[in-house]
Amino acid sequence: MVDEVILLDYWPSLFGVRTRIALEEKNVKFDYIEQDLCNKSALLLEMNPVHKKIPVLIHNGKPVCESLIQVEFIDETWPKANPLLPSDPYQRAQARFWGNFIDQMLPGLGKLMWGANGEEQEEGKKEFVEMLKTVESELGDRTYFGGETFGYVDIALIGYYCWFDAFEKYGNFSIEAECPKIIAWAKRCVKRDSVAKSLPDSEKVTELVPELKKKKRVE
Amino acid sequence: MAEKEEVKLLGIWASPFSRRIEMALKLKGIPYDYVEEILEHKSPLLLALNPIHKKVPVLVHNGKTILESQVILEYIDETWKQSPILPQDPYERSKARFLAKLVDEQIITAGFVSMARADEKGREALAEQTRELIMNLEKELVGKDFFGGKSVGFLDLVAGSMIPFCLERGWEGIGLKVITEEKFPEYSRWVKNLEKVEAVKDCIPPREKHVEHMNYMGERIRSA
Repeated sequence: MVDEVILLDYWPSLFGVRTRIALEEKNVKFDYIEQDLCNKSALLLEMNPVHKKIPVLIHNGKPVCESLIQVEFIDETWPKANPLLPSDPYQRAQARFWGNFIDQMLPGLGKLMWGANGEEQEEGKKEFVEMLKTVESELGDRTYFGGETFGYVDIALIGYYCWFDAFEKYGNFSIEAECPKIIAWAKRCVKRDSVAKSLPDSEKVTELVPELKKKKRVE
Repeated sequence: MAEKEEVKLLGIWASPFSRRIEMALKLKGIPYDYVEEILEHKSPLLLALNPIHKKVPVLVHNGKTILESQVILEYIDETWKQSPILPQDPYERSKARFLAKLVDEQIITAGFVSMARADEKGREALAEQTRELIMNLEKELVGKDFFGGKSVGFLDLVAGSMIPFCLERGWEGIGLKVITEEKFPEYSRWVKNLEKVEAVKDCIPPREKHVEHMNYMGERIRSA
């Protein structure tokens, strides 16, 4: 039976990028359907009625929601090519812990980018930098978070990279100055086909920000 | 000859997160040492093992530290294969993980905020929000004894420790009726099933003490 794989996504989403990368790592053919988040499609609402959010992975008609859950699903459904999680339970636990930690950076980034005032934005920047430094010390001098193998934690974090230019511009700081190892790691990641194919252009993401800021003020 | 397993759990009696780990260990028949932590006076051991979050539960297995309750549950399931708690099928696993995330992120937040609100209208609004979220679990239980099917699974431990054996005690304390048998017949049946499972029953915090504790926590938040 040929698998039918559909991805409902929004091109600048750092979450959707993860799922795209995971599918590419496994050489899974999928149909990509761009979503308009201001005018949500019937399919999106049907497939993710709980949160009405992207990305949604639809495999043979069945929806899988939440990006890191999708990455695990992809790893379990197509186990042969490029394992994304280590086989050892303790290392898997480490990977899942760091995946969760990486997502805890989001509230700080939210304040940095969409904060109501300068004070909130500064607070957000501080939170983000502190957490990214913790992630950087976990990476240490390794090639990837999993060592020599690109995997789950790399996939969890690399989506943020296409937003780095935007964070730096609006936060008025240099991520490379704060976390040089993270930048070096990101540059290694973008050399991988799966990442190069999936990561949106940083410039286009940064150009989108004023429009997103306007929308958020209206909400 | 089998190597002697060293399993230690740092927890707090009232924490649904550490209770669910105890349930899993009991379900699988894994002997463990339990260390009771005090929220206001965290032990040097806890702070050394979990410097990033300084939270319970912490599982130590043969010198290796595992953090975060859902991560610990998956680790336990992968390490001790008897009485599996996660389904085999990847799609079913993803559903269990999705709903577990819903419990530990949205349901817990709506639930605790409903207790933290001092005004009746605010409480009822949050109670309604919580009901809507729990309805997703209600639907999942149709035709099943447990989320795990015939036996207790990952989602049963996550949702069980959190909702009937934690949030409901909090709501009881403030006289807020959130879940009724009429509106949630499947849920109500599921709770009765859970209470019959020894590994679960033995790990539920004692009711009166727990209701008192939840009241105290609610008061602290309301007066903050």
